[in-house]
Amino acid sequence: MSYFSDIYHGIKTLFKGMSVTGGYFIRARKGSITQQYPDNRDTLKMFDRFRGEVVMPHDENNEHHCTGCQKCEIACPNGTIEIVWDRQVDPATGKKKKMIDKHIYHLSMCTMCGLCIEACPTDAIVWAQNYENSVYDRSALTKVLNQPGSKVKAGIED
Amino acid sequence: MMNLPLSITKTISDWVYSIMPESAATVTIWVLIAAAYLALFAVAGLYLVLLERKVAAWFQLRLGPNRVGPGGLFQTMADALKLVSKELTSTIKVDKFLFNLAPYFVIVSALISISVLPFSRHFQAFDINIGVFFLLAVSSIGVIGILLGGWASNNKFALIGAMRSGLQTISYELSVGLSILTMVLLTGSLQLSEIIEVQRTGGWLIVQGHIPAIIAFMIFMIAGTAETNRAPFDLVEAESELGAGFHTEYSGMKFAYFFLAEFINMFIIASIAVVLFFGGWLSPFGITDNIAWFPESIWFLIKVLIIIFLMMWFRWTFPRLRVDQLLTLEWKYLLPINLVNIVIMAIVIWLNWTI
Repeated sequence: MSYFSDIYHGIKTLFKGMSVTGGYFIRARKGSITQQYPDNRDTLKMFDRFRGEVVMPHDENNEHHCTGCQKCEIACPNGTIEIVWDRQVDPATGKKKKMIDKHIYHLSMCTMCGLCIEACPTDAIVWAQNYENSVYDRSALTKVLNQPGSKVKAGIED
Repeated sequence: MMNLPLSITKTISDWVYSIMPESAATVTIWVLIAAAYLALFAVAGLYLVLLERKVAAWFQLRLGPNRVGPGGLFQTMADALKLVSKELTSTIKVDKFLFNLAPYFVIVSALISISVLPFSRHFQAFDINIGVFFLLAVSSIGVIGILLGGWASNNKFALIGAMRSGLQTISYELSVGLSILTMVLLTGSLQLSEIIEVQRTGGWLIVQGHIPAIIAFMIFMIAGTAETNRAPFDLVEAESELGAGFHTEYSGMKFAYFFLAEFINMFIIASIAVVLFFGGWLSPFGITDNIAWFPESIWFLIKVLIIIFLMMWFRWTFPRLRVDQLLTLEWKYLLPINLVNIVIMAIVIWLNWTI
């Protein structure tokens, strides 16, 4: 007897599937998920979890959180991050301290795995929501993340 | 002879006969009819492709083509122009003659079957008394084109696709034939215009034949979708398994012929369904039957488009069947149900239970 129940079950599930897609068809005009990208560039907002590129946020005093611990450089699987650093006198304590000179980030080698951001103990680097990364010269993809003249914020220790 | 309700064609044919001798005029009329059907064929093919893409997009919460022309109306025109301008390539090992012949088999069989479709009372090029039988016979020739294309390509994926097509068409031809036979029991005629005349008095056949007719309609839609090699029965193309199946090696316009023929076949299957179950060009409840100027072909086209939409709905809902599932569905389910259904229909007619 499972023959007839199979037919009934088959037809029932077919209609169920059709009702799902039919609902989509009716709602499509209102809730289309397509972004008309070049047209809506001004209003297009990326998702919070979108991984565009790694950036280093600076506050209004041109200070960042990077202590130059190099944990991101070690965490990176393909050598995307290079940190140029030296020891300088910290004006607050008068002691010599490791400070970054340049935090170099090769966007062209980055796989957006996020290990560097997870490894950072002071949250100095974060994901940006920038999605337009094409350039005419690939040397433009090698970026220095700390701004010129910036220094580490006082009191940040790893 | 085709004759639009506004008698445009009558005027044209009178004018042609008045300016040239009768034999020449007859030939001219033939050429005009052929040109009209070719134009219909091209326009229907192009716009069904566009409709398919739009409907598919809406089923998937997308927008579909909307860049070329107002609302994307010229998208398929642009695609066709691109295909015409492309080079016709072929591999070294193809069987040149059969390879070039195959697309024409497919497209010519689709063209011949479109000639018997009754678009309206007078708009039917070829009204023969075995119309339904003729349609079935001619539309099955298309599979020879697919088999030839797969064989001549000298490519294992194309050959597997073509063989699957043969298997599928031979199996499902049976269901299509038997479900049509169920309705022919009710009408007592194979002539398409007479099948429609039967429905003028007693209502559409799907109403007249109640339960057996509804079962026959469902079987016809399943088997018809399989006949046109569309999803969920698109094992013939099966992109994930066979590349593109039988038309892997085709390019440019020869590929476009296969592509257009698929859509025209869909149109033909939908037209048969409309004629057999939904009263052809008859208006629902006879609301425009007495209005002389109202084009009846509008009703025919509306009904056909609804059925085509149903087939597109199937395509964008159901996943593709495996080969064994395909054969199980046909031989273990559709065929026995269909045979029982014919007997039920015969009993219904015998006891006069039809409405």
